Amino acid sequence: MSFTDISTTELLAPVPQPGEELPVQLGISPYRLAFRRLRRKPLALVAGAFFVAIVVCCLCAPLYARYVAHTGPDENHISETVVVDGHRHDVVSLIGIPIGPTWHSRFLLGADFNGRDVAVRLLYGGRNSLEIGFCAMAITMVVAILVALFAGYYRGWVDSVLVRLLDVIWAYPAILLGVAIGTSLTLGGISLGPVKLSSGSLFIPALIIGFVNIPYVAKPIRGQVIALREKEFVDAARTLDAGGLRIMFTEILPNLSSTIVVFVPLMIANSILLEAGLSYLGAGVQPPNPSWGTMISDGVTLITSSPHLVLAPGLMLVLTVLSINIFGEGIRDALDPRATTRIKRK
Amino acid sequence: MTRFVVRRSLQALIVLALVSVFTFLIFQVIPNGSPAARMAGRTASPAQIAAIARSWGFNRPIYIQYLHMMDKIFTGSVISYSQQINVLDQIKRGLPATISLAAGAGVIWLALGILIGLLSAIRPGRLLDNTLGFLALTSISAPVFVIGAVLLYALAYRTSVLPSGGYVPLTDNPWQWFEHMLLPWVSLSLPFIGFYSRVLRGNILDAKHEDYVRMARAKGLSGRRVLTRHVLRNSLIPIMALWGLDFAGVVGGGAILIESIFDLNGVGQYAAESIKTLDVPPIMVIVMYTAVLVVVVAALVDILYAYLDPRISLND
Amino acid sequence: MSGAGHLLQVEDLSVSFETEGGTVHAVDAVSFVADAGEILCVVGESGSGKSVMTSSLIGLTRAENATISGRATFDGVELVGAPERTLERIRGAQVALIPQDPMSALDPVLRIGHQIAEQIRVHTSVSRRAAEEQAVALMERVGIPQARTRSRAFVHEFSGGMRQRIMIAMALSCRPKLIVADEPTTALDVTIQAQILHELAGLCHETGTALILVTHDFGVVAELADRVIVMYGGRIVEQAAVAELFDDPQHPYTWGLLGSVPRVDRPRAKRLPTISGAPPSLIRPPAGCHFAPRCPHAFERCGEVPPLAAHSRERPEHRDRCWLDVAEKRRRRVVGGDIGLAGGKETIVA
Repeated sequence: MSFTDISTTELLAPVPQPGEELPVQLGISPYRLAFRRLRRKPLALVAGAFFVAIVVCCLCAPLYARYVAHTGPDENHISETVVVDGHRHDVVSLIGIPIGPTWHSRFLLGADFNGRDVAVRLLYGGRNSLEIGFCAMAITMVVAILVALFAGYYRGWVDSVLVRLLDVIWAYPAILLGVAIGTSLTLGGISLGPVKLSSGSLFIPALIIGFVNIPYVAKPIRGQVIALREKEFVDAARTLDAGGLRIMFTEILPNLSSTIVVFVPLMIANSILLEAGLSYLGAGVQPPNPSWGTMISDGVTLITSSPHLVLAPGLMLVLTVLSINIFGEGIRDALDPRATTRIKRK
Repeated sequence: MTRFVVRRSLQALIVLALVSVFTFLIFQVIPNGSPAARMAGRTASPAQIAAIARSWGFNRPIYIQYLHMMDKIFTGSVISYSQQINVLDQIKRGLPATISLAAGAGVIWLALGILIGLLSAIRPGRLLDNTLGFLALTSISAPVFVIGAVLLYALAYRTSVLPSGGYVPLTDNPWQWFEHMLLPWVSLSLPFIGFYSRVLRGNILDAKHEDYVRMARAKGLSGRRVLTRHVLRNSLIPIMALWGLDFAGVVGGGAILIESIFDLNGVGQYAAESIKTLDVPPIMVIVMYTAVLVVVVAALVDILYAYLDPRISLND
Repeated sequence: MSGAGHLLQVEDLSVSFETEGGTVHAVDAVSFVADAGEILCVVGESGSGKSVMTSSLIGLTRAENATISGRATFDGVELVGAPERTLERIRGAQVALIPQDPMSALDPVLRIGHQIAEQIRVHTSVSRRAAEEQAVALMERVGIPQARTRSRAFVHEFSGGMRQRIMIAMALSCRPKLIVADEPTTALDVTIQAQILHELAGLCHETGTALILVTHDFGVVAELADRVIVMYGGRIVEQAAVAELFDDPQHPYTWGLLGSVPRVDRPRAKRLPTISGAPPSLIRPPAGCHFAPRCPHAFERCGEVPPLAAHSRERPEHRDRCWLDVAEKRRRRVVGGDIGLAGGKETIVA
């Protein structure tokens, strides 16, 4: 409707000469267009690269532990000493105050109350938090898309039932639900038929977080499925005798792709935050597995003497989530269909 | 409209019933191990466990268990065995703090969220919008308890400007009540402000492109009038809906993290401590009550929405 | 152009937009006049710039990235570059707009009567109740049954035709001197398109309001227009009194447009003639005449922009933008009254 709408073909059209035959014009796929626009956003790209860097660092945790810090994430050095700049310090002082950042290879970021190397735990914890974040996102996306497709396409009683179920999950504040399920499962793990998970498994928090976030994604996608189903190309497919499942996956699903692409980084961010909160409360990652959330909860009690115990994991959390959020926003802006003719600032 | 209200209320009732079943499933059915032992907590004797099993009907068929559980929850007779106190009483004791937190933060985040959203949307793409947008993104990206911990460290421990935690009832000492609530309010509000301002900004920018806004200008309305009469009205309606739900969530103990960091002894903190000791009954009750509250508020919000936006009641 | 007293006088109006892909020259040096009480039709295909031109007259395209140049004098007031407050006073009161899609042009959460009254209250100092009474009266006048109850309804409770009648009511509410209707019936059912347009034209004649009607329907043009402007690629390519345009069209594009209208009074054609090619890119328009790439009569001179000029001294009001001289045009337009494009061959099979 906007009078500044120009099709993408316009941008590529060669200038015709008088009397010349006009060539057939091909369009650009919206993805290539989005990719081009994304390339012009330095902040989003830097943020994306930063996130990747963090992921890589955390995956290299064992390397760091072995070659730089010379200690593992669970090893106590509570009664040891370390030499820094020629001075000998207690790793944990007699009154229980751990050493602060040494900015050297051992105890780069200091030690915690158990004498464990904070930097090492930070990387291992990051690995756990990121693993859970990605895993939870995958669970959320797969289930939410399936639910949205079935509910939105078939409507009727299938839709009613699924929507009520989504409403039920939606009724609990995410963290409370996570806490409830987490506490429940912490005591004994899961034993549902063939699925057996011990209580220390990282998969449990991933499962919980993935589950809790389903309505957040399923509801908007369901709305889109409902709108798409009314479109002509679906009718066309139906006249070709395509069955429901086929239409859902070959016609409707591809049209959801840009929405899905926008949700992925958002859900990774949300999952990481939720995991941190659950772990902080004790309903997420269980000790001795490190996680940024558990590190913060351990460190809060010592915050007056040793703020680094809270600041290090806290800062990592903020930077990780912020970088992926910035990248996600960049993707969202680049995919925005209304920006076909983006207004240039004067 | 009345048809819509009736229909929506019925939906809410169905969801409430399902919520109760779901809560039941979470706590009794899915996990491994003996429910009675779980309830009893870590330090129970076999005799206690047996007594609990009888009282809750764990040796009876599932639907009896469900009825027992619902009966106990809604008559307020759930007891925390590890602590030997009635859960509902304990919740009531924590309510003033939680409600103070929710009310204060709710007002702050709504007002500031709207204000910042408006400021961002007036001149989109300019420096102010970009800066506010970045700040908003940062506030959404930082976990609430990290914000709280940092603020606590900077303003209470390092410098003693504000108290470092605890709750003083309003009736005891209003000024101290305020002092103690200030940091929790700020910490809890920040992510919401960030989120709401972005949502409002998005709504306003979308509304600005709508044909009816263009038409309003074609009628001769000044920019300001168009903003207040058409754009804002359409943009704020979704915000109010969001606010209702978020507020209900916080009241129900969704601010569990903030209450823990600031030691407010509200409902949320009660839940947090129960997690630490793996005391199941309080968590069960709190979660149930919160869900009920959210479902009811959601229904009310939808009805209000339908009243404000006449397209809604026709679509369902 | 003849002397003083035109209600609207547009001279060299140009509108362009800065976009990611380049500068879009939506309207290019458009000049025309409109007189009190007359109906002026603007025809052209999508992308010809007709909507942008009409919106720009009242300054609705004053987005940050738009450049508007030229002059547009309405009732003695210069519109281009006028301060926003001046335009606000004119919009809705002296010049009223009837948009293409009435559904999206009305605020979905406010009642109809309120929205009509809003326009009245912006420009006059009547009370809210008086304005709402006027709104009801207007709704009755445009033929909405049970106007009083219906004024409390919302936009989605009306049918398409009724909605457009509401827009007409709104347009007339402050007794404007000029109404600009931008394809007002495109979004309506075919069965009521004609009816709405006739009602609109009738009301304009009754009130002496001038009407600029943007359309692509030549039937409408033939029936209602006093004068016609044909636009292509952001420029006016022909303008004339309506009878003139149909009797003696001068521009090849007009020939194509008229030729592509199905004729009921002839035997059915095997194929409807079309104009081959696509409208020009407004970012990189062809040099010279914009229509040349699609025009089978183009020659070297067409690389230069043809001026909008009258072809005959007896009829100075009939102007076109084509380098062909009058004799050439007459030759190339097919003998026998059928107008086609394919270089003189008859394209409509008898």
